[in-house]
Amino acid sequence: MGATPTSFTGWVSFLLESFGPQFVKGTITTLELAFAGTVLGCLLGFLVGIVQSITVDRHSSPISRVLVKVLKAIVAVYVEVFRGTPMMVQAMVIYYGSAQAYGIDLNPFVSGVLVLSLNTGAYMAESVRGAITGIDPGQLEGAYAIGFTHVQAMTRVIIPQAFRNLIPQIGNMFISSIKDTSVLNVISVTELYFIGRGVSSAYYRFFETFFIISMIYLFLTFVTSRLLAIMERRLDGARDYELVTDPEAEVA
Amino acid sequence: MADAILRVEHLGKSFGAHEVLRDIDFSVNKGEVISIIGSSGSGKSTLLRCINMLEEPSAGTIYFEGRPISYAPKDKSAFRAQVGMVFQSFNLFNNMTVLKNCMVGVEVVRKDSKEEAEARAKKYLRQVGMYAYQNAKPAQLSGGQKQRVAIARALCMKPDVILFDEPTSALDPEMVGEVLEVIKELANEGMTMVIVTHEMLFARDISTRVVFMDQGVIVEEGPPEQLFNHPEHQRTADFLSRYRNG
Ligand SMILES: Nc1ncnc2c1ncn2[C@@H]1O[C@H](COP(=O)(O)OP(=O)(O)OP(=O)(O)O)[C@@H](O)[C@H]1O
Ligand SMILES: [Mg+2]
Repeated sequence: MGATPTSFTGWVSFLLESFGPQFVKGTITTLELAFAGTVLGCLLGFLVGIVQSITVDRHSSPISRVLVKVLKAIVAVYVEVFRGTPMMVQAMVIYYGSAQAYGIDLNPFVSGVLVLSLNTGAYMAESVRGAITGIDPGQLEGAYAIGFTHVQAMTRVIIPQAFRNLIPQIGNMFISSIKDTSVLNVISVTELYFIGRGVSSAYYRFFETFFIISMIYLFLTFVTSRLLAIMERRLDGARDYELVTDPEAEVA
Repeated sequence: MADAILRVEHLGKSFGAHEVLRDIDFSVNKGEVISIIGSSGSGKSTLLRCINMLEEPSAGTIYFEGRPISYAPKDKSAFRAQVGMVFQSFNLFNNMTVLKNCMVGVEVVRKDSKEEAEARAKKYLRQVGMYAYQNAKPAQLSGGQKQRVAIARALCMKPDVILFDEPTSALDPEMVGEVLEVIKELANEGMTMVIVTHEMLFARDISTRVVFMDQGVIVEEGPPEQLFNHPEHQRTADFLSRYRNG
């Protein structure tokens, strides 16, 4: 390695050349974390949101009434805890806590996915509940009127509609997760920010390194939001429908 | 009353301190077409909603085929599968096509095969003149078309009786006719129906019996010519004259 760079752009290209594979690896890890966290988190969010919107009346069996109460209490505590504490702190507690208290050696990546999922789940739960209660009550009555049970009405009519309405929100969660993965550096997950710390300390070029890092984050979030917009348009399907001719109709 | 499909005895319903239905006795026999008329707020919808268990009565009993109905979740859905309901606001499932709207109850609730469900859905869509629109989503239909699909959806369940709650009140005037036509055809076929309506001519035309409600009670009931031409009670006469004069 000959002369060290002297300009900002010189340093940027030098760092990219020297640490290219690390940047790529960090980017991939960040995307994996964000993706796994969003998918698992949304599943969790739906479960919690559904539990929160269960209603029981006096005709439900005593067992199911008690069960629903207990479930609701558990999810309420969960949502409160994860919305009420910083993610960075949760990461420390989960990673070091699992090792110390239970002797489970979660690897940092798994802990990271866990923290992200639990956070996404806690935030999604509120939106899911809102999306469910926001569906026109007529939809539920229509379902009841043809004999659907509450569960059938939820799974076939209400949740699919709530899910469709939540897709933009899920996209936003994914974008937030991409950025939030950076806090996982505290438990040494080799995501983008963690890589950035390593690279910057090699030549003490903090500004240039984190300039590169920020561009990568920006690129990821920008591309993701464009893709989501396209996907959403696709999802609404054709604006038209084909008229079907009746084979049994008399031909004039 | 061997023929009564539905019988309501001493039915009462209060929302908090507000008593909406009081001591309602009412029965529906096989093949009857019953119109329920009455001014706004008289409790007509609430009565239908009680019959379909969307509301729980505060007092009284509802008998279905001679047996008191049970509110246990399982019995509730079995009962509703046999008692169709058509709403003022259609309540078609927005996430399904017209065809799927009609099929889903047959498959999920009646547990008939997919082929059977599809055949039946197409049959009733044809009957209500909506066969061509089977691939449309509810949002792509006019109000009259939606209501006809809602009627087909109810018919697919092969109900013993269908309850209609102001099926044409949410429609533009030019679409009222097409929906009433479908209901009229059902009446001719002998379908048992209870229809809450403000369409007096229609009620007079197709009903075998008309029920007049006011302030939560059934004031009088009888064959249409009697109730419309020779009402026994002053309240009925007042209501009808208000209608005639617009
Ligand atoms: N869920 C409810 N909670 C409280 N009050 C209610 C509820 N549903 C209906 N009511 C009241 O019950 C009364 C009867 O209402 P209902 O809808 O049965 O009247 P209706 O005869 O169908 O009137 P309309 O012709 O306007 O549809 C009204 O005073 C209404 O405000
Ligand atoms: Mg009403």
